[in-house]
Amino acid sequence: MPRVTFIEHDETIHEISADNDATLMEAALDNLVPGIDADCGGQCACATCHIFINDEWATKIPAREETEETMLELAEGVTEFSRLACQIRVNDTLDGLTVQLPEAQH
Amino acid sequence: MTDAATAMNADDAIPDPYSIPLDQIRMNQSRLFQNNAHGEYFRRLRKEDPVHYCAESEVGPFWSITKFDDIVKIDSNHKQFSSEPAISIGNPSEDFTTPMFIAMDPPKHDVQRKAANPGVAPARLADLEGLIRERAGKILDGLPIGEEFNWVDRVSIELTTQMLATLFDFPFEDRHLLTQWSDVTTNVDMFVSEEKIQERRASLRECLAYFTRLWHERADQPPKFDFISLMAHNPDTKDMINNPMELLGNLILLIVGGNDTTRNSISAGIVGLNQNPQEYDKLLADPTLIPNMVSEIIRWQTPLAYMRRTAKEDIEFQGKQIKKGDKVVMWYVSGNRDETKIENADELLIDRARARQHMSFGFGIHRCMGNRVGEMQVRILWEEILKRFERIEMVREPIRVNSSFVMGYSEVMVRIMPKDKH
Ligand code: HEM
Ligand code: FES
Repeated sequence: MPRVTFIEHDETIHEISADNDATLMEAALDNLVPGIDADCGGQCACATCHIFINDEWATKIPAREETEETMLELAEGVTEFSRLACQIRVNDTLDGLTVQLPEAQH
Repeated sequence: MTDAATAMNADDAIPDPYSIPLDQIRMNQSRLFQNNAHGEYFRRLRKEDPVHYCAESEVGPFWSITKFDDIVKIDSNHKQFSSEPAISIGNPSEDFTTPMFIAMDPPKHDVQRKAANPGVAPARLADLEGLIRERAGKILDGLPIGEEFNWVDRVSIELTTQMLATLFDFPFEDRHLLTQWSDVTTNVDMFVSEEKIQERRASLRECLAYFTRLWHERADQPPKFDFISLMAHNPDTKDMINNPMELLGNLILLIVGGNDTTRNSISAGIVGLNQNPQEYDKLLADPTLIPNMVSEIIRWQTPLAYMRRTAKEDIEFQGKQIKKGDKVVMWYVSGNRDETKIENADELLIDRARARQHMSFGFGIHRCMGNRVGEMQVRILWEEILKRFERIEMVREPIRVNSSFVMGYSEVMVRIMPKDKH
């Protein structure tokens, strides 16, 4: 099971083991990591699973598709590192991934 | 008129949904909602014809989408399902159109939404929390104990109006004007005669004149986080002042969007907890349930019953042929009761798992911009209620508003039980 570290906005760290093939959103919710609301349950329709993934990892993850791009357009505090956690599936190549959480979901 | 249509005249009793031929069900009739009879109609549609075509109604033909997942699909497909020209079933009148970004497609929608959004973004909300708490406390402290009164007037309307005044940085002593403009916009009685229609327009013109003054003042002042300053200073929207009807449209959106919805969520809490006393017990036993309860109340109430889209091309959807130009109505109020998606969907369960996953705020690019402010107001109010009162007892059946769009209450009569005399 790949290990993923979620860092909250106040720097609280949550290290979890994610199920292979779960999305990062599911992994966070299943492991009670706070800070991801996931109001649409993973259908890329709410943007309340907004996270940041830094450069070093970004290349190992498939790029944003159009719907994700569109939803992020309207999210708060978006940067080039922004992603929607429900659109990223965990696998072994992501073992050791670090994910940053925003101040709040909107 | 068909038999079924005549059977639905205003004074008649509401027929059993199964006594009407499926193709003659017309969900645009406000009295179904006013009498809280819509639920069984939607249950039938979800089961027998989840993508339903109503060929004839007062507002022309329209499709009803009634299942949760189907609604999410359409709501997130703005390329094929347009929000123009309107998001209510009727079309706007041609001689008084008020464009607003909820009824626009990209790219215009996106720039206008982005201009107003910082007014309700997380950073701003953190600043407002203390103020809302103080006001909620004041309103609650002013309520009579042991006497009957209308919760809608004394609490729901008062708190949401104060909040709205703050979001606009609107002169506080004039705040009742906001309620008035909100009410003339949504009240169906304002459309019944030419006289009423003119009265409504006159009131909205006053609204425009008032805000035009504010706009000019704010444009000359340093930028702030109220909606008017945000739009007056944003390069993408600062010229809206030259397009008065579009300014008025967006004002109406920001006033009505945040007003009725939150007001009715506040009233719904009282109705829901009184109709489900075991849930009230759970809340009193464990106040940490409040945030979850807020989401559940908003699902259960579904303050806006639907949003409408218009098909931009011929589309096959769940085996039905939707034609270019057809009206497509996404009934959130039905999706939120979809038994195949939400367990015990008819019940209010304040400790429901994944209560946030409801559709009352819509989805996709038009998803409610003010959802966090709405939730915050309801949450803080309940936190302050529990500090003060044992129970708020609803003394008779609530009176619902006559609308197929706004799911709300005009009267919720209550009596407060003080905390110590229990
Ligand atoms: C419980 C409270 C509320 C409910 C249930 C609610 C519901 C909704 C719904 C269903 C939509 C349309 C979503 C769609 O088409 O997919 C919407 C849009 C919107 N709401 Fe709310 N709303 C609430 C509170 C507020 C508040 C407090 C404000 C702001 C002051 C607000 C401002 C807006 C705006 C500006 C839009 C248009 C967004 C766009 O088109 O991009 N709402 N709301
Ligand atoms: S959970 Fe809604 S967009 Fe990811």
